[in-house]
Amino acid sequence: MSVMKEFTKGFVRENPTFRLVLGTCPTLAVTTLAVNGLGMGLSTTAVLVASNVFISLLRKAIPDKIRIPAYIIIIATFVTIVDMVLNAFTPDLHSQLGIFVPLIVVNCIILGRAEAFANKNNVAASLVDGLGMGLGFTLSLTILGSLRELVAAGTLFGKNVMGTGYEPFMVFGMPTGGFLAYGLVMALLNYVFKKLKLE
Amino acid sequence: MANLVAIFFGAVFINNFVLTRFLGICPFLGVSKKVDTAVGMGMAVTFVMGLASLVTWLLEYYLLVPFELQYLRTIVFILVIAALVQFVELVIRKVSPVLYQALGIFLPLITTNCAVLGVALLNIQLEYNLLEAVVFGVAAAIGFTLALVIMAGIRERLELVYIPKPFRGVSLALILAGILSIAFMGFQGMM
Repeated sequence: MSVMKEFTKGFVRENPTFRLVLGTCPTLAVTTLAVNGLGMGLSTTAVLVASNVFISLLRKAIPDKIRIPAYIIIIATFVTIVDMVLNAFTPDLHSQLGIFVPLIVVNCIILGRAEAFANKNNVAASLVDGLGMGLGFTLSLTILGSLRELVAAGTLFGKNVMGTGYEPFMVFGMPTGGFLAYGLVMALLNYVFKKLKLE
Repeated sequence: MANLVAIFFGAVFINNFVLTRFLGICPFLGVSKKVDTAVGMGMAVTFVMGLASLVTWLLEYYLLVPFELQYLRTIVFILVIAALVQFVELVIRKVSPVLYQALGIFLPLITTNCAVLGVALLNIQLEYNLLEAVVFGVAAAIGFTLALVIMAGIRERLELVYIPKPFRGVSLALILAGILSIAFMGFQGMM
């Protein structure tokens, strides 16, 4: 039961994007297309799971005073691996995400989970926590990416869904649209949560 | 010289780090409630970003490239930035206690500000020389400060008005940033 709870908290109740407001830079920057959002989310999930497991394994070995630099090295190592894997297998996605792949290092979700969860809990719990939080982040990015792609281009994952007569609303593909879409979806979720009395 | 001026205005207005490149959004949303804290944060970031541009450029071209270690770039840069922030904190505390009082609480936050690592990586990606890299770093930070201070000014005024409940807090800040971003799009005709 509690494992399930650790896993699902990242999807809604403690959703990193809409509830905790962490990792906002990649959220805004890569969600111009649904597939970019998905790719960024999954890359971040991979780094988060790996770093959570490692930090949890080493939590008794790392001295308290230098824990933050130690975490950053562990995270940066996994980011480098993910960067190379993306470059090798999905070069298109890698060039689309650009500078935001190495910037996963400073995504506050990852350091945040290391500090708030992985250094206090065992390996299995940290793995589940990383996976849940990462997939919650992926879900949010994919939703935002789909929304922006749909409005700005009338397509979804590259497929035309709005019909040929659709006039694209280009602004949503631009930086402005990123801020507006994120803000509006967050307001909508705040309203829904209030109605459902989840907080 | 004209090239440097173009880089400077490009980084401050046209490709503003916060509003068009989406770097440094966390402090932009977190520290933009009051104008004076926004100015303090901006000063600290400008200092660190200028220094980080210089140091990471030297490391890239005198250490990583000669030894063909470019794949270690992310790890090296983030470590250097973390160390640099600590170092700057120590120096400011010794040299100018007044400045330390003003900047103190913001300094540790800067390590995880993606604008700092972002500018270091962009300097390499855009193949700037040393002088261009430093100008770009400082200009990017000034652009960040500008966006932060404008935002703080607007948010201070918003304290006084009624805002529908679901929009309170971050949600409204994001929508405001979107509108600011439209305003900054106007600068694109400048070049």
